[in-house]
Amino acid sequence: MTATAQPADVGAGASEFTAASIAALISAAPEPRPTLAKTFAAMMAREFRVLGRNAISTFTRAVLQPLLFVFVFSYVLPKIGGGMMVAGGTGAGGGSGPGLSSAGGGVTFATILVPGLMASMLLMQAIFGTTMPLVMEFSWQRTIEDRALAPVPIRVLAIQKILAGAIQSFIGACIVFPIVLLVHAAGQAPHVHVTNWVLLVAIMVFGATSASSLGLLLGTLVDPRKMQMLFAVILLPLTMLGCVYYPWSALGSIKWLQIASLVNPMVYMAEGLRAVLTPSMGHMPLWAVLLALVGGTVVFGSLATRTFRNRVVN
Amino acid sequence: MTTAVREPGTGETPETPLPGPDPEITAINTKNLKKTYKSPRGNVEAVRGIDLDVPRGEFFGLLGPNGAGKSTTIGMLTTLVAPTGGTALVAGRDVVADPVGVKRRIGVVTQNNTLDMQLTVAENLQFRSRFFGLSSREASRRAAQLIDAFGLGDRRKALAHALSGGQARRLLIARALVHKPDVLFLDEPTAGLDPQTRVNLWEILRVLHAEGQTVLLTTHHMEEAEQLCDRVAIVDHGRVLAEGGVDELKQGAGAATVVTVRFEEQVQPDFPERMGLTARPSVSSAEVDGDQVRVFSAEPDGLLGELVELGAREGLHVRDAAQLRPSLETVFLALTGREYRE
Ligand SMILES: Nc1ncnc2c1ncn2[C@@H]1O[C@H](COP(=O)(O)OP(=O)(O)OP(=O)(O)O)[C@@H](O)[C@H]1O
Ligand SMILES: [Mg+2]
Repeated sequence: MTATAQPADVGAGASEFTAASIAALISAAPEPRPTLAKTFAAMMAREFRVLGRNAISTFTRAVLQPLLFVFVFSYVLPKIGGGMMVAGGTGAGGGSGPGLSSAGGGVTFATILVPGLMASMLLMQAIFGTTMPLVMEFSWQRTIEDRALAPVPIRVLAIQKILAGAIQSFIGACIVFPIVLLVHAAGQAPHVHVTNWVLLVAIMVFGATSASSLGLLLGTLVDPRKMQMLFAVILLPLTMLGCVYYPWSALGSIKWLQIASLVNPMVYMAEGLRAVLTPSMGHMPLWAVLLALVGGTVVFGSLATRTFRNRVVN
Repeated sequence: MTTAVREPGTGETPETPLPGPDPEITAINTKNLKKTYKSPRGNVEAVRGIDLDVPRGEFFGLLGPNGAGKSTTIGMLTTLVAPTGGTALVAGRDVVADPVGVKRRIGVVTQNNTLDMQLTVAENLQFRSRFFGLSSREASRRAAQLIDAFGLGDRRKALAHALSGGQARRLLIARALVHKPDVLFLDEPTAGLDPQTRVNLWEILRVLHAEGQTVLLTTHHMEEAEQLCDRVAIVDHGRVLAEGGVDELKQGAGAATVVTVRFEEQVQPDFPERMGLTARPSVSSAEVDGDQVRVFSAEPDGLLGELVELGAREGLHVRDAAQLRPSLETVFLALTGREYRE
């Protein structure tokens, strides 16, 4: 084809390139015309390419946890009679039970679980979608520098990460839906009744954005060497005490916990979904939920963009 | 010299280049550029006021030992490190006031391997092209071209984390070139590579230079700087010790051959004076460093033997001896009094 590189200095076989083609790279280089929108879109495309590559593990992760939960709580326990405690029985006294009786209103534990698990998935998938990759990118080789050198302000990169995480979080929560509807013992079907689809979508969207903003914030604050701490000290308490397994209103008898729970962003995700999915059950007022989720997105989002920038730029 | 620290994003309109050196002529200009890393465990003055002026088309080297502040300097010039003092213009844009303008115009090969590990070789190039505004079709074409030129054809579909050190380095350089950067920054591009691969990379860099690409390279290999650079700045402890053409530097700074003799015993500090070494016109300096005597001389012939003999008169026994011809190594030695260790 063309002249090869001067073999003088280069041992046989080592010259895997041609001088002419390297030279052509410079002269034939396209004129870059980056715009914010194009770069942003390319970054999102990159995110989904990676996601697609890990599709099987991503999907397994998104399906397995809710599936196991639903299987144990809506199928196994009711079958073996433990349902007495968690789902069917007298409820009111059972500490860990939801405190609701199926005798009167016919509220199964599955009904409580639908919004709870969806909310828990919103958070989990956001953490897996933003925090974990970010911690990887900041540690070791700092591969984040690759994206940081793209011709956009660093905060745009942060916003892109939040959006990508939110989409994963949204999809994760959607996956729970059919699982909870389908997997249960006879008579344990959840009573789901969507009164307002627009509200449902709004709550899912803001739940997802607040979760992934929180995810980004954690990702920029957590020391990569202390990742286990993230789970033990932050994720587990948020989920266990996030009104996933009981409605917030049922906490009336433990006033201090009911009030303390208000700082937990999970609570608003779970209660918001409860309000639009299973309105027959007691739930927080919708305006409070929306305010918290939108406010959470704004507050976590702006904090995270700042901490992100400080981590990227030394 | 101004030391004004600029706050990031002080609303400067990015479209108008700041008054200063003509960007048609000057690729990089820094004035008293400083960086102090602050941490609870104490502050590190990594860069203590560096002035650089690199014209377009030049191959410029920052040469210095570990911790000299090379990566920090590159970091500031590429907007990833915030300066704590001074100013820096790259391709006519201020790195603090207009980081996006700078990023559009530069290609960067960082010291660490920042390839996107979850993407393939081709995807690394395609996505980088798209970050710079190319359509997916253009991006694919550009990627194919780069893969060809850098001899990565058989690794096209390999994931980035599966590449060898040399392949990864080539891909990093290729990736920095997707958008025809005004300035190419290379932070120790050949570190950790075997000699063969290193020479191979040098060849690539020479071709790029011949095509008019402005390059700023850091290295701690004297030889690399001598091989590639039009001009070098020798940096140590965050300061530029000397700057100039490679030959110019060798001529200056004493332009001397360094003769070192190491004895079994400690040497008296006044040894060079007593032996009349410092009085010789050909000797620019002579010093004692523990058990060593080091003489910088323009006429080194026979000097080594003479030193051994003079030592013997004092009852000193030679352990080893060395003669370094004028090179960046001897320049570094003359400037710092320390031997250059890579
Ligand atoms: N992020 C950081 N925080 C604190 N100190 C830092 C940081 N990065 C670098 N330093 C310190 O700044 C000094 C200069 O480091 P720098 O990486 O710029 O040197 P270098 O010339 O690139 O060295 P090398 O040849 O080892 O790459 C060193 O003392 C280093 O420990
Ligand atoms: Mg370095």
